[in-house]
Amino acid sequence: MSKALNTFTNGLLKENPTFGLVLGMCPTLATTTSAVNGMSMGLATMFVLICSNVVISMLRNLIPDKVHIPAYIVVIASFVTMVQLLMQAYLPSIYETLGLFIPLIVVNCIVLGRAEAFAAKNGVGLSALDGIGMGLGFTLSLTVLGAVRELLGSGMIFAAGDYAGLTIFPEDYKMLIFVLAPGAFIALAYLMALINKLRK
Amino acid sequence: MVYLLIIISAIFVNNIVFSQFLGICPFLGVSKKIDTAAGMGAAVTFVLTLATVVTYLLQKYVLEPFELTFLQTILFILVIAALVQMIEIVLKKVSPSLYQALGVFLPLITTNCCILGVAILVGDGTWAGKIPGAEANLLQGTVYAFATAVGFAVALILFAGIREQLSMNKVPKAMEGTPVALLTAGLLAMAFMGFSGVV
Repeated sequence: MSKALNTFTNGLLKENPTFGLVLGMCPTLATTTSAVNGMSMGLATMFVLICSNVVISMLRNLIPDKVHIPAYIVVIASFVTMVQLLMQAYLPSIYETLGLFIPLIVVNCIVLGRAEAFAAKNGVGLSALDGIGMGLGFTLSLTVLGAVRELLGSGMIFAAGDYAGLTIFPEDYKMLIFVLAPGAFIALAYLMALINKLRK
Repeated sequence: MVYLLIIISAIFVNNIVFSQFLGICPFLGVSKKIDTAAGMGAAVTFVLTLATVVTYLLQKYVLEPFELTFLQTILFILVIAALVQMIEIVLKKVSPSLYQALGVFLPLITTNCCILGVAILVGDGTWAGKIPGAEANLLQGTVYAFATAVGFAVALILFAGIREQLSMNKVPKAMEGTPVALLTAGLLAMAFMGFSGVV
């Protein structure tokens, strides 16, 4: 039981994909223009991560060692295509905003990294837990980064579509740089420094 | 004229690292020395241009005629992985000196998202929307891919130059490593924002 719990919390805290392992930086920086965008990207990645972890751990004794990387990539790419088609059908507006970064989940180092480092060596249950933990950790950090950028950039958080979100700063507050590209780097840099400081 | 616009747009205005956020992992990972940054830049330029031509042809002559576009992601990533392997084997045989220079970077390139990203952009033809007068055909798409890769190399080498200097300075403990690198990248991105509106 404690092993399961460890596996689950490992991804959430100790080896958080963004702040601990520094993996998957492209979607982290590109899609966190708002908290909701960051969260949707995190959830899409989490779905792929859980499914690919489960399938790969089921197939781990069947896949020959020599072709294991291409085999993993095919499994991951299939789930990414599923997410792509599902989002196109049911969440077209979010699909439009995240755009290119949905197919690019295939080359997100977290997914292949967990397949190689965890799912290839552990059973189905543990691999699923690892996928959930890592996925939640990724979603959490993307949501936090998105919320910080949205708050600093436009003064509100969790705005989505018609819903205006929680207004924290007055209406005429605008610091657009945090929503634009440089703000992504700067906000992540300070968040990471803050977390490094708190860890010690 | 339109080729000049494409080149300037891809290298400076819509720089792949600073405004499109593709290829951040190698950008942070192999930017500690100018030499390795130049090697990675050259390897990416080579693979990206070749991969875009191959994937574009597949998209136009296989996926679209047979209405299989939903297989794009799977097909492209497999083609890119195979292509990288092939380039590695061919280079080893044909030009051992070039292989020595680029060899270590090649395996890393398969999971570099700028290759798949640009291949999808050129395959779908969405890249042409940002540049007035550009058409999504093979020649212009290839020029775009090449210029994008050059933009990646420029960003990587600039960043490596700064990091070389930075490594000699004292940095607060919590900011050491990735945070200070990200901050530097943020300032560089701000500088690159100055190009917006040129094209």
